[in-house]
Amino acid sequence: MAHDAAAPVRAPYFTTGVKILTAIAGIGIAVYLYRLIAGLGAVTNLDNQYPWGIWIAIDVACGVALAAGGFTTAALVHIFHQEKYHPVVRPALLTALLGYTFVVIGLLADLGRYYNVWHPMIPFMWQGNSVLFEVGICVMIYLTVLYIEFVPIVVERFAGRVHLPGRLSALNRLGEAALRLADKTLGRFLSLFLIAGVVLSCLHQSSLGTLMVIAPTKMHPLWWTPMSPLLFLMSAVAVGFPMVIFESILASRSFKLKPELDILSGLARIIPILLGFYFAVKVVDLVLRGAWVYLFDGSPASVMYILEVGGGVVLPLVILMLPKARRSIGWLFAGAALTVGGVALNRINVFLVAYRPLYAEKTYFPSPFEIALTVGLIALLVLVYRAAVMIFPVIALPAGAAPAVTRNADKALAGA
Amino acid sequence: MKRRDILKFAGAGGAMLLAGQAAAKTNRTTTNGDAFGVLVDTTVCIGCRKCEWGCNQTNALTTQDAKAFEDKTVCQTHRRPAADAFTVVNAFDGRRADGQPSYMKIQCLHCDRPACVSACLVGALQKTPRGPVVYDAWKCMGCRYCMVACPFQIPAYEYSDPLTPRVRKCTFCADRLAEGKRPGCVEICPNEALMFGKRSELVSLAYTRIRQFPDRYVDHVYGEHEAGGTSWMYLAPVDFVKTELPALGSKPMPEYTETIQHGVFKWFIPPVLLYGLLGLSMVSLKSDERDGKGDGHGA
Repeated sequence: MAHDAAAPVRAPYFTTGVKILTAIAGIGIAVYLYRLIAGLGAVTNLDNQYPWGIWIAIDVACGVALAAGGFTTAALVHIFHQEKYHPVVRPALLTALLGYTFVVIGLLADLGRYYNVWHPMIPFMWQGNSVLFEVGICVMIYLTVLYIEFVPIVVERFAGRVHLPGRLSALNRLGEAALRLADKTLGRFLSLFLIAGVVLSCLHQSSLGTLMVIAPTKMHPLWWTPMSPLLFLMSAVAVGFPMVIFESILASRSFKLKPELDILSGLARIIPILLGFYFAVKVVDLVLRGAWVYLFDGSPASVMYILEVGGGVVLPLVILMLPKARRSIGWLFAGAALTVGGVALNRINVFLVAYRPLYAEKTYFPSPFEIALTVGLIALLVLVYRAAVMIFPVIALPAGAAPAVTRNADKALAGA
Repeated sequence: MKRRDILKFAGAGGAMLLAGQAAAKTNRTTTNGDAFGVLVDTTVCIGCRKCEWGCNQTNALTTQDAKAFEDKTVCQTHRRPAADAFTVVNAFDGRRADGQPSYMKIQCLHCDRPACVSACLVGALQKTPRGPVVYDAWKCMGCRYCMVACPFQIPAYEYSDPLTPRVRKCTFCADRLAEGKRPGCVEICPNEALMFGKRSELVSLAYTRIRQFPDRYVDHVYGEHEAGGTSWMYLAPVDFVKTELPALGSKPMPEYTETIQHGVFKWFIPPVLLYGLLGLSMVSLKSDERDGKGDGHGA
């Protein structure tokens, strides 16, 4: 029983949808450049009361959460050896890699002094009490680990096939040698990096939840809780597989491939368990703190909370508990999309809705520029993802569609 | 461009060897008895805004002249400190017999255990032993987490500056203190509403006043314990919830997050333990699962 092999997808890059995305991404890039020149004040609706907007809540917080598929699938397949799910590891890895890369790109737009982004790497500036320091360092190391994990895929694609054009062809042998060296050395250590990736993810996913704990007097009690780091970690773990399913169905739709229903519904079987634990902790926390009284006061915050937990946790939990729903691509997609939306809404709620500055005269709402940049970066991410799966062997194609090339790194991983 | 970055990193690497020890320091320094403070007596303040003008001059904030600070109507509008105004004087209802409003000067309170210092990931904000919480723009990344963290909502940002925006707040005139001078606002206050001195002595002075004139003050020195204690403290004729200051407990803000953070990283045991457990699972589960399975990892 051979796996379906991953291979570069062969399809025309531009479709109508892709052209629209390109336009949206183009607008986003233009706004990005404008922000770098004109500054935060000219582009955003941020002020002294609301220092953080959607670039932090969506680009960074949602970005990190929705990239969790990378470490959850890596753990499932490489640590818990559920080999059946091997075909989703690479798409999830690519999502995480691009997701985190765009988190950094989005963060740079938000930093007032973006050119100082490397400061947390300098030991005499280390500030170990800062939650943000922990997040920053972990994200930086994890991003490196993700790129290292991706190296075998590059090796598989290009080893023995380095043909640079024109004068660059002089570098062909050097390129080959580099690929072979990477292949050999990585093969031995890749499992160490894999485990490190999981540990780093657990650390910063939870720390992201600790960030707002420092401002108890400014946070709505529905979301301010010392349990926040645990909730962030549990929701990140719970959203990993839904994100994989969500993307896998979208990708197969876009490339006109048959979705791997067997694998996806198998993954979906795990989701209600993870969502169930998350929901339980959330309820217990709300009851213990007595914050449940705010649930029914009809305020915008209470509506957002009910939407988040009702629509984004309970509803997909129920849908994905039904075996019949898990066998249907439509319901599978609905369950996955709701979970993804629910966790994204949670991050937006924690960083924006729950934040109630003490002396605000107006509430924050993102400016058209802020929205254009956020939407543009998401569009750009999709475009890069599409290009990447057409260049690299990421998506598993039906057996026989393309030859699989197994290299040392992957073999070693299989044996680890 | 790239090469220059690499050189920067190399330089940083050298500095790293020298400064390795310094990195382990914590920010748990509670100010000692010798730290300075200011006691603001709002029952004495007449809302003349001279302190705003003095602050403006000392810190070269705006080009406004003294005349601009004579308009007392702005005191009614609940102003907040801003990037070009480190301190503002606002009116509040102090239930004075003559029906006039009371006034309260607002600026950074210079917490003993500041949330902003704990929040800053590059140590751009520091609590100095003399009392002031100072800011180093050179280190700052501009993430504005300090503004999120501050329980008094004090730090302001230069949003209009595209390249070198700074976090702006009262510096407690740290430079002047180092020279043995008093802060600019204290220097100019005509009515001794601002009393500068050793924080410990100011606390006793505050309670002496409360005891001497129980009708004049509520029995509460704001800042003695708020958020773990602040260098700037206040006396008021009415409950502080009726003033411009937020109601806060005595727990220092950093304790909310630092206990979690230092728990998770206690001697790095939890992360290392997790790493070990996952590694163990990886190795031990492999043999059971993979028996009799010949499929490769080509996918």
